[in-house]
Amino acid sequence: MNDKTDRPIYLDYSATTPIDKRVVAEMLKYMGPESTFGNPASRSHSYGWTAEAATEQARQHIADLVGADTREIIFTSGATESDNLAIKGVAHFNKKRGQHIITCKTEHKAVLDSCRQLEREGYEVTYLDPETNGLVDLDKLKAAMRDDTTLVSIMHVNNEIGVIQDIEAIGNACRERKIIFHVDAAQSAGKVPIDLSVLPVDLMSFSAHKIYGPKGMGALYVQRKPRVRLEAQMHGGGHERGMRSGTLATHQIVGMGEAFRIAKEEMATENERLITLRNQLWDGLKDMEEVYINGDFEQRVAGNLNISFNFVEGESLLMALKDLAISSGSACTSASLEPSYVLRALGRNDELAHSSIRFSMGRYTTSKDIEITIKHVRSAVEKLRDLSPLWDMFKDGIDLESIEWAAH
Amino acid sequence: MAVYFDHNATTPLHEKVLEAMLPYMGSVCGNPSSLHRFGRLQRQAVEQAREQVAVLMGARTSQVIFTSGGTEANNLILKGLSTDPDVQRIAVSVIEHMSLLEPAAATTCDVDYIAVNEQGLVTPELLKQAIQKDTALVSVMAANNETGAIQDIEKLAETARETGAWFHSDASQIAGKQAFSFEQTGMHAMTLSSHKLYGPMGAGALIIDQQLPMHSLLQGGSQEKSLRAGTENVPAIVGFGMAAELAAQELVERVDHVSVLRDVLEKELMKFDVVKVFSQQVKRLPNTLQFGVQGFDGETLLMELDRRGFAVSSGSACTSGKTEPSHVLKAMAVPNELAVSAIRISLGRANTMAEVERFIEAMQQILGIKSSVVMQAASL
Repeated sequence: MNDKTDRPIYLDYSATTPIDKRVVAEMLKYMGPESTFGNPASRSHSYGWTAEAATEQARQHIADLVGADTREIIFTSGATESDNLAIKGVAHFNKKRGQHIITCKTEHKAVLDSCRQLEREGYEVTYLDPETNGLVDLDKLKAAMRDDTTLVSIMHVNNEIGVIQDIEAIGNACRERKIIFHVDAAQSAGKVPIDLSVLPVDLMSFSAHKIYGPKGMGALYVQRKPRVRLEAQMHGGGHERGMRSGTLATHQIVGMGEAFRIAKEEMATENERLITLRNQLWDGLKDMEEVYINGDFEQRVAGNLNISFNFVEGESLLMALKDLAISSGSACTSASLEPSYVLRALGRNDELAHSSIRFSMGRYTTSKDIEITIKHVRSAVEKLRDLSPLWDMFKDGIDLESIEWAAH
Repeated sequence: MAVYFDHNATTPLHEKVLEAMLPYMGSVCGNPSSLHRFGRLQRQAVEQAREQVAVLMGARTSQVIFTSGGTEANNLILKGLSTDPDVQRIAVSVIEHMSLLEPAAATTCDVDYIAVNEQGLVTPELLKQAIQKDTALVSVMAANNETGAIQDIEKLAETARETGAWFHSDASQIAGKQAFSFEQTGMHAMTLSSHKLYGPMGAGALIIDQQLPMHSLLQGGSQEKSLRAGTENVPAIVGFGMAAELAAQELVERVDHVSVLRDVLEKELMKFDVVKVFSQQVKRLPNTLQFGVQGFDGETLLMELDRRGFAVSSGSACTSGKTEPSHVLKAMAVPNELAVSAIRISLGRANTMAEVERFIEAMQQILGIKSSVVMQAASL
């Protein structure tokens, strides 16, 4: 998508991705007056049957990427809805068994806010602190488990810092205690291999627009054996095995299916390419003073690099980098000027949390893009630091932590 | 392909809607919540669509909340309002779509059902009978998806207001088929669906009076005034907006076109003694004609019509696959044996008089064959 030189370089693939042209081509078959259109729920004519067949084909592609059975894939309007359905659906269904849930402070808002909603309803939620590298410590998780814990929700790949959690180990710990395990895989599907036929995961959320599919489309994996039961959150018509009502948006489903099919085919080679780009980016920046990678460098999804540039204010840096489309964290919270809650949870101080930039690369990022990015970032950081009294003080060897600032 | 007479189930995308959506499926990418240029362009597109939808429905842009579709909008109004401690009892008409009846039943509220008369109308008297002292919300659909019967929403909203209840109307079927205004009808909330008016599937809206004490159903982001979390489905919203604009532009033309076809269809079908048109005495959507065929089974009729190249349905797509008579016709006291023979024709802008004529011929064949068999059997 960076074909026009006057447009910023897009390095915000964790926020959303452009739709792959191949995906658009599939979607177009189900859009427009000359296309195959129809309500998949229509039972009395071929328009409906054709639409339904297309949605089932897409369901197959999605199931194939993650090693699931098609009957375990429930379509939703996006990962936010999937997270809401999984968390509230399981909590409500198991209310009599227990009302305690465990999650992590670095989860996406869709998970955290669903948990907060449950707290308002009287549930108890434990929000685990991650380690400084962003990973959940298994022993701490086990220690938080109680007899009345019904659900653990831990994301696979973090949207801001890109770290990959060990969902196999977490899942096994949940199985031992017969606790249902939900994984938000919005940022990992198609980027990290997932095989649900062997993974001890009960529920998994997916998003289409994070892997070159359309917005407004997601899915929830609901394990069949043993069967995970949950309470529907959207009622009316009993679509999707009664777990999610509403007309299936045929073209969007088809788009998601095609995106998942392509991801399965290209993930391995694409990851290699992205790791090369990520290394190129880091190699181009790491010799600068006072730059820190946020989150574990090894246990990390290929396209993500989250860096704090100490003594530079993140918002100013974003402003100075107008030729780059990047973010300081999640798009969903980017309107707020609060430092990232994810970085805070890692134990980063406010200054470092405030000075972070998330670079997320993807299918259309080129080595040339990274080259330009390095140049821009280096010059912007240097310029901003030149203007910063704090940077001067730091260079003079003053320990900023020791200064007692006078109140105004 | 078969002739498509099922526009109340879903409509094909308008060619101009597709055109408007394409850039947002191609080179214009970004998350509307992102602060960079890509994000801002997406945000602008969403806001333009909000304006287009508001204009079609006579609402203010600030009143439009985008959802994933009509079902979600219905869920949102019912469940989002019933979390308010003052909302303990709601009244909904018996002929509502499943996407309203089911979430109503799923709330913690007591639900009263408003009856309809034999023409499928909720009269102010019937509404008053259903309203209790503590009824906080009344919901009556503007036009029925099966019969096409149009309610006097202005009057019903007024009746509800007088008792101090909020009034919601599912306008999914009427929007774009008949002039209809949020403000003029005096309601507090209205449901819309994009794919019923030549827009894409995957978008809808709840138009709300902001004094409603609403809560979001989806948590995880402050999109849509914190009433609907989740990344906006920008291409679908853009398509919905364009569909709304086109509906406003082409309304008169569309109404004229389908009512001519529908009236011919109705006149010709009425020539069969066995055909009985539902809600015939009341104002109906200009594109909709639902009828029963005495002595016939609906499934057989649908199969025969499919074989002859006509895509029609018995009623709602969302309940199709069930062999029970429609709850709408039941509520209208249509005898079971007639209700199970129901066929719904819902026309659209691309349908032609030639198609209508062919349909009538097909019906002649189907009904003629059966009639002659019946006569032969009788003469034996």
